[in-house]
Amino acid sequence: MSTNAVEMTPAHKEALAELLFQLADDDFLLSYRGSEWLGLAPHIEEDVASSSISQDTMGHAKMYYGLLEELGYGKIDDLAHGRSAKERKNSILVERENGAGYYMETPRYDWAYAVVRNYFYTLAKKVKIDSLKKTTYQPLAEVATKVSMELFYHHLHWRTWFTQLLSSSDEAKERMNKAIDGVMADFGDVFSYGNASQSFKEFALIEDATVLKQRWEAALKEVVKALHIESPIIQQPDRNGRLGEHTEELDRALSTLSEVYRLNPAVPW
Amino acid sequence: MDQSTLVAEKDIMEALELVQDPEISTVSVVDLGMIEDVEIHDSHVSITMLPTFLGCPALEIIKKNVVEQIESVAGVKAVEVSFKTSPPWTSDRITEKGQQGLKAFGIAPPPKHFTEDGSWHVDCPYCGSTYVTLDNIFGPTACRSILYCKSCKNPFEAMKPISNLM
Repeated sequence: MSTNAVEMTPAHKEALAELLFQLADDDFLLSYRGSEWLGLAPHIEEDVASSSISQDTMGHAKMYYGLLEELGYGKIDDLAHGRSAKERKNSILVERENGAGYYMETPRYDWAYAVVRNYFYTLAKKVKIDSLKKTTYQPLAEVATKVSMELFYHHLHWRTWFTQLLSSSDEAKERMNKAIDGVMADFGDVFSYGNASQSFKEFALIEDATVLKQRWEAALKEVVKALHIESPIIQQPDRNGRLGEHTEELDRALSTLSEVYRLNPAVPW
Repeated sequence: MDQSTLVAEKDIMEALELVQDPEISTVSVVDLGMIEDVEIHDSHVSITMLPTFLGCPALEIIKKNVVEQIESVAGVKAVEVSFKTSPPWTSDRITEKGQQGLKAFGIAPPPKHFTEDGSWHVDCPYCGSTYVTLDNIFGPTACRSILYCKSCKNPFEAMKPISNLM
């Protein structure tokens, strides 16, 4: 049964907003990290591809922030740029820096890390989006259907990089395995709903996190089997971004990405 | 009401045919299948459009161009343009005329079919050869891919297929 914003109880609306903030902040931060790679990707075709994926992903974040705006949580720009790290609901994984250095100076970013983070995240996003197509909140189900079409290409892209690098030289394999360890160390909260698991279930917003986690692990198992590496298992998080627990890397990201916004928050852009 | 002040849907559609894609001057927003609904109440026109890709930066420009074009139609006093995601835009919404327009610009129209692994095939929009390679699924804009024709040695672009099966 679908619902609309008008007939929602306050508890229902709060649960929906919590889910939207988690989805929006995840895509927003990861697309920002992707944008820092601009001009630095391994070759020109990849620069075109990954910047295009970041642009799509920013568009997805905009849709979620837009749904929040409709629910009365503030304007899209303010939601994206004006909230402090404490208020952010993104997972730790998406706020991590791309590697050592700063993109304006001497970045020594790690492409293996970018590939693994993007692939594992995109697969998780696909699992969530497939579930959200059946959510009880119709406007979100519609957005999920559209996002799914674009995500198809993102998933194909990152899976190709992932399998090719892990079928490549010893150095590539070593760096990829190190990146898998690094990404999995931060993966514990990707499928966490923070304190909202019960209310997500009550209002049938998205399936249980345990179910989605299993789907992710099963899908990845198929891919890694052929690559002769162990299947990654999602651990409990040490720190949970869904609860507003974040790293200094998020503070630094927010300070950079909101620099222009903070000059004059009243200017639309 | 006086007939002369009535806004005809035909006039609105003709005006929309004049609004081009900002980056492909040979196709209109109608040809691209972006127009979902047109409602006319007296002199007030509401147009509902579908975004091709959610992060497309041209959407605001397109919206502005639609408003300007419709405002110039005789009898129109107010124009409202909104985007919605349902039904989702799919590449099979591009009309026959749109497909010809894309070809004229050197862009292959989106393929009608693709296989389960996501691969698809288009012919070269310049020489019609089927001997082409996919260089990059991602292109200069979200909706385009980059290919290369091994027959006439031209790089070219194709509209990405976007479908409900994805």
